[in-house]
Amino acid sequence: MIGLTHVLALSGILFSIAVAGVFLNRKNIIVLLMCIELMLLAVNFNFVAFSRFLGNIDGQIFVFFILTVAAAEAAIGLAILVVLFRERRSIDVEDLDTLRG
Amino acid sequence: MSAFNPVEFNAGLALAEPEIFLTLAACAILLVDLLLGQASRRVSGLLSVLALLATAALVAAHPVEGRVVALGGLFELDRMAQVLKVATLLIVAASYVYSTDYLARRDILKGEYFVLGLFAALGALVLISAASLITLYLGLELMSLCLYAMVAFDRDSGVAAESAIKYFVLGSMASGTLLYGMSIIYGMSGSLDLATIAAAAQGGLGDNVGMIFGIAFIIVGVGFKLGAVPFHMWVPDVYEGSPTPVTVFIGTASKLGAFALIMRLLPEALGAAQGDWSQMLTVLCVLSLAIGNLVALAQTNLKRMLAYSTISHVGFTLLGILSGTVPGYQAAMFYMVTYTLVASGAFGMILLLARQGFEADRISDFRGLNARSPWFAGLMAGLMFSLAGLPPFVGFWAKLGVIQAVLGVGDTWLAVIAVMFSVVGAFYYLRVVKVMYFEEPVDTAPLGGSMVMRLVLSANALLVLALGIVPGALLAICQRALT
Repeated sequence: MIGLTHVLALSGILFSIAVAGVFLNRKNIIVLLMCIELMLLAVNFNFVAFSRFLGNIDGQIFVFFILTVAAAEAAIGLAILVVLFRERRSIDVEDLDTLRG
Repeated sequence: MSAFNPVEFNAGLALAEPEIFLTLAACAILLVDLLLGQASRRVSGLLSVLALLATAALVAAHPVEGRVVALGGLFELDRMAQVLKVATLLIVAASYVYSTDYLARRDILKGEYFVLGLFAALGALVLISAASLITLYLGLELMSLCLYAMVAFDRDSGVAAESAIKYFVLGSMASGTLLYGMSIIYGMSGSLDLATIAAAAQGGLGDNVGMIFGIAFIIVGVGFKLGAVPFHMWVPDVYEGSPTPVTVFIGTASKLGAFALIMRLLPEALGAAQGDWSQMLTVLCVLSLAIGNLVALAQTNLKRMLAYSTISHVGFTLLGILSGTVPGYQAAMFYMVTYTLVASGAFGMILLLARQGFEADRISDFRGLNARSPWFAGLMAGLMFSLAGLPPFVGFWAKLGVIQAVLGVGDTWLAVIAVMFSVVGAFYYLRVVKVMYFEEPVDTAPLGGSMVMRLVLSANALLVLALGIVPGALLAICQRALT
């Protein structure tokens, strides 16, 4: 029987992979965008699991909103990426060094 | 969930009137802008300013008593929401007035800038009025997504796209982290409704590790959005890289939104866990005060300097919030509202000095401003004194309020740190004043800017002085907003 703990552990692992991906990835910005999507999906897992085990539908409604916003977010992210590529001819993370933070 | 009640629903719609009006106005302006030629693009700007002012009037026209929840528990209106909404709308309107000439000179005067800004303001309004985690998230994302696009919209600038992608990646990560925290809070309390979460957390958390875990994630997310150290890496790059009109937006309106986010999530929903989040905020606060002020000393770019100064001001605002008392929240709100007023004036000065192919964003660009325009040099000096917290400017009362709040709960060491770092901060603000008054101008071109912009900018800066001499009215508004 799969319990709440199993699902939460899975979503925790997915979330950690996503965060690690953002910080360890030194190559490609597309991979960064994928990590961000993965992060949101891990959150969705959490919401659905809690919603199921609490017997409360609100969490699943929230997931619909998160999925919609994630689509809009990906659209904007890719649009910015296109602008960046036109200017630099590269989407390497290492080339993002004009501004020193 | 109660059954649908049409009368209640209509009453709820009436409460959300300003938001509905702003949505319709933004859509209408998008259409009108399509029909306008490039020569009459300023009309969109004018219409946007009028729409913002009308929305602010709608908010102010119906003062509420206490806290009214509507629309199935998704939307709430209280005095804090109304004050923050009016402040946001006026600040955005002022930033449009400051930006129009700048954008026109650079051939990037596009309707998209105004419409995206209107939707970002709408997102801030929704966020400010959120009564549920869903509305909170949607408002935050509406604001953030518009801001990402606005940072990148000067496509030929060379650095805008880079700063946009940095802002986007870190901002999205912040949203993800915040959501993860929200999902855990939802699981522990069984509701998305802020009031129900507050009831579930009543009586302290004890050893509810899940809830504390959730709070930690929420603090990380909020810290990113506010730009508090150690989650501040994006702030200087985004401030420097984006076109100055967008920097004004990020530095002012979005900060008011982030303040509403932290107030709704921590004191309102998780007030019972105040001991837990105060500790975490204390770390953020001390680091922000230290890093913000110390690194600002080394900056030669005024936009970067103001970015680090924002970080330190976020630290001051957190002082008020972490005290966990009502006077502390009032002081924090006063601090945030007056800070955005001063910051919009300071960025307005950069926009006033900028010309075609000249950004005026280095501190040395302000050299000898007194010889070129004693009036605006005086106003800029006033703004810098206010940021440094010198009387008789409003920044002094703001700092006094938050420091009194931490003294009120016995955190004397925090007050000492805050005072120490505001002395450090005074150095770099006064350096701008020194450059304006005691150095020779390298550039003697007359200042740009239309009459309207000069008037609004002067009014903005004079308001900083007026509120410093008579702070009573605004203090009273902030005190009535949170009781």
